[in-house]
Amino acid sequence: MLTVNSINCGIVIDHITAGNGIKIFEKLKLDEVIFPVVLLINVPSNKLGRKDIIKIENKIDVDLTMLGLIDPDITVNIIEDDKIVNKMNTIIPKEVQGLFKCKNPRCVSNSDDYATPKFRLAHSNGKIFYRCGYCEELTSYTI
Amino acid sequence: MSLKGKHMIDPNDFSLSELDEVFDLADRMVDDRDLYGSICNGRILGTLFYEPSTRTRLSFESAMLRMGGKVLGFSDAATSSVSKGESIADTIRVLSSYADVVVMRHPKEGAPRLASEYSFIPVINGGDGGHQHPTQTLTDLLTIRRYKGTLENQTIAFCGDLKFGRTVHSLISAMSYYKGSKFVLISPAELRLPEHLKYGLLEKHNVDIYETENLEEVINQVDVLYMTRIQKERFFNEADYMRLKDSYILSKSKLKDSREDMLVMHPLPRVNEISYDVDDDKRAVYFKQAEFGIYVRMALIALLLGVNVNVNRK
Ligand SMILES: [Zn+2]
Repeated sequence: MLTVNSINCGIVIDHITAGNGIKIFEKLKLDEVIFPVVLLINVPSNKLGRKDIIKIENKIDVDLTMLGLIDPDITVNIIEDDKIVNKMNTIIPKEVQGLFKCKNPRCVSNSDDYATPKFRLAHSNGKIFYRCGYCEELTSYTI
Repeated sequence: MSLKGKHMIDPNDFSLSELDEVFDLADRMVDDRDLYGSICNGRILGTLFYEPSTRTRLSFESAMLRMGGKVLGFSDAATSSVSKGESIADTIRVLSSYADVVVMRHPKEGAPRLASEYSFIPVINGGDGGHQHPTQTLTDLLTIRRYKGTLENQTIAFCGDLKFGRTVHSLISAMSYYKGSKFVLISPAELRLPEHLKYGLLEKHNVDIYETENLEEVINQVDVLYMTRIQKERFFNEADYMRLKDSYILSKSKLKDSREDMLVMHPLPRVNEISYDVDDDKRAVYFKQAEFGIYVRMALIALLLGVNVNVNRK
C-alpha cells in the first residue's frame, strides 16, 4: 500500500466518508496554502470500508461545526512532535444560522436579504436535517 | 393569561389553553354577535395582501367591521405602493404605525414570521404560500369543538390531495396536540401526506395514522370527514386521473351508512369533490364552518388587540 510520511506538527482529518475528502479540501481552501498538505482517498477502513484522510503540516483552525455538517463521523487529530496530543470530534449543532441557505425556493429567506433563517436540528435518522425557522422545510447540508 | 400583543403565525405558537381562550370567546360571539359590535371602536386592522385572496381578505375585513373597527390596506402588491425589493422588515416597521393589528398574506413561505420579528403590532398570518393558513385551522378546530363539544378523542379522515394541501397539514399538526386524535388518510398513492410530516407526527406525538386509497372502506368509522380538492394537474397522467377522480368525490350514497353525528368539512371553495346532493344532509357543516371563520377571526383580533371583551347585556 501507498505510504505517506506522518506529520510532525499539524492536524489530521480522519474518517472522512470516501468522496468527501476533495470537497473538504476545497472548502478549507487547501489548494491555496504554502505548507505541505496530503489528501488521501479510498484508504481501506474497518469502520467505513473506504475513507479519505487529509493531513496538514500546520495547525490551522478548522471549523468543527462545518465539518460536522458535512460529515459527522469525521475525527480531527492534533499532532505535535509526531504525537497525537488532542483528538476532537465534530460538532453537530442544535441550531445553525448563516452557514447555509434554506433549500426551499419558495422560502422568504431566499428572496429577502433581511431574513437569515435559524435552523434547528430536526432528526438524525442516519442523516442530519435542519428545519428552517421561516418555512419549516427540511434542508440537509451538502457541499 | 393574556394574548394581547402576541402574533398568530402558526397555530402551534399558541398553547392549548390559549387556543381555548380564542374558541371560548368565538363561542360567545356566535351566541350574541351584536353584543360585541363596538368593542374595537377606534382600532384599525391593516390588510397587507401581497397576493390577492378576496375571500380571506373579506373575512378579515368583515370580522373587524363587525366589532366596530376600521380597515385599511392593499389587496395586491403589484398594484399597490409597496415597493418591490424593499425588505418585509422595513415595510412592516413603517406600516406598524398605520394600524393596530395586521393580517399579512404573502406568496413567500415564512414572510409573516419575518414580519412578526420586526413589527410593533400583532401580525396575523393570512396565508404564506403552501406553508400555513392558521385562521383556517382555527376555524376548523372551532367547528369540530362546537359540534363535538371537545377536540379530544376524535378520529378524523382527510380525503383528497394530502401532499400539497396545506389546510390538511396544518389541521393534522394542530390536532395531534389533542389527546386521543386518530387520523385516517385517504388519497391516491401519489398524493399521500409527505413522509417528513408523517415522520414528525409519529416521532413527536405518537399519533395513530391509517392510510388508504379507498374512501368507502373507512367512511363509516370516522367522526370527521375533511374533504379537499384534487387538482387534475397533480396527477402524473390522464389515465390515473380518469381512473381515480370519482373515488374522491363524496356523494349522498357514499354517506348513507356513516355515523349520524359525523361531520363533513371542507375549507371551500369546492369544485366537484362534494356533490351538491350532500349539502342538505345534516352531516354537511362546511357552510357553517365558513361562517365560524368570521367569529374565530373576530375573537382572535379582539384578543391580540387586548380590547375589553367582557361585555354584558344590560
Ligand atoms: Zn426556509
